[in-house]
This record gives sequence, structure tokens and C-alpha cells, in this order.
Amino acid sequence: MTSNYLKLKFPSLPQNVGLARMMAASFAAQLEFTLAEIEEIRVAVSEAVSNCVIHAYPVKPGLVQMDLTIKHNNLVIKIRDFGKGIVDIEQAKQATFSTEPERMGLGLVFMESFMDDMGIESQPEEGTTVVMKKHPERGSANAGLSRIS
Amino acid sequence: MLRIETERIGATLFVQINGELDLHTSPAFKETVEEKLIQYDFIKHLVIDFTNVEFIDSSGLGVILGRFKHMTQRGGRLSAINVSAPLRKVFELSGLLRIMGIYDDRRQAMGS
Repeated sequence: MTSNYLKLKFPSLPQNVGLARMMAASFAAQLEFTLAEIEEIRVAVSEAVSNCVIHAYPVKPGLVQMDLTIKHNNLVIKIRDFGKGIVDIEQAKQATFSTEPERMGLGLVFMESFMDDMGIESQPEEGTTVVMKKHPERGSANAGLSRIS
Repeated sequence: MLRIETERIGATLFVQINGELDLHTSPAFKETVEEKLIQYDFIKHLVIDFTNVEFIDSSGLGVILGRFKHMTQRGGRLSAINVSAPLRKVFELSGLLRIMGIYDDRRQAMGS
């Protein structure tokens, strides 16, 4: 698989959450992910972008950047906002920590569970960057075999 | 996009969700169900049909949990039916499987 990338910029609107996961799923389909893995990627992206919409810009929508990269059979997803930032990342990672009554606060838990690797960096008033990585399990198992298309 | 169909049979409200349940569509689901629960304040069993749900994330689970809390407060219960394998994985990770009944069909949910 040759390297590839896709960069997206969009406002932090709820209707763009579905768009972002559709783009990520379509991009990921270039690798040999199973349908279940693609679903996991969709959830992880949905959670990350939803976090930008909900938390990053409390007053009015702001910019969200999503960079998708394929390199060496790995998918790398970077989602970045330039908003409020997170004061305590460890607290935010705790399941069910949420400031809203009908929010489960499970976004970061889902992202960590469904992706092979997840890192988050944030500075208050400067923004948050989430980087998630995933490689196809099937592709790893069949390394060295020819792909029949 | 999201389309919701409801049907009341006695004190049971069936809600069929068609589409994706996420941050954008969850408010519409919440509004529709709450409207029915207020209109029929004797509803004791809320059954949510996930047959045509193509996607759910924690925002969708949040409004499901909110309805679960509402039903519990009025002495009722919430059940889910036809939850596909990918959706079940998300439910499992959230812990909702421990508190909600999940059944294969309406008959099982009604008989529970």
C-alpha cells in the first residue's frame, strides 16, 4: 500500500460529525480493515470530533482539522481544534466524567478501546490534538502474501 | 439522518429508530420520545428497536441512558431489541448492557 493522506477542515458543527466519520471510513477502506474495524474507526472519529463540537468552542463554532494518513499499512488520524483546551486530561479520561447530565463522558474511553494507539495533547485556551492509530489485523496476519483483487 | 416511528400498545411505547444516532441526531430522538412520554404519562415500558440503526456513539448512548433514567423515575423500564453485533459492542463498552434488557424481538421484550 502506497502512502496517502487527506486533510480536512470544517467548522465544529454537529452535522459535520457524521461527515467526518464517513470520510475517515472511506479513507480507511484503502487498507484491509474488516467491517468491524471500520465500525470501530467510525466510532473513534465520531467521539473525537464530537468532543471538539461539545467542548472546544463554547460560544460559537470554530475550526476542526482532521488529517488522515496511510503509511506502512497504518492508519493515522489526527483531529485538532484550537479552542478551550483541557485543564486535566487524566480526569477527562475517566469514564463517566462529564459536566452534562445526559452525556456519558465515554468519548476518550471509546477512542482508547477502539484504536490501537491514542494520544492526546492539550493546552488551555490553545486547543486539543488527538492522534489515533490503527492497523488492520488481517493485513498483519497476511503480511507477505499477495493481495488478490 | 434520523427518522423515528412510534407505536403505543397499552402502557408500552415502541420506538423504532431509523438512521444514525449521534451528537447531531440525538436531540431529535430525545424530543420525540419525551413528547410521547408526556402525552402518555401512563407509559411504563419503553421498547427501543435498533433494527435500522446504522450507527451509535456515546452521544446516542447518552440519550438512551437519559430515557432509561426517566423510565426508572416513573417506576417503568426500558428495553432494547434487535441490537446488531457492532452496536452491541458499543453498548457493552458503555456498561449499559448491565442495566438494560436487550432482547431479540418485541415478543421477548414484552414477556420479560
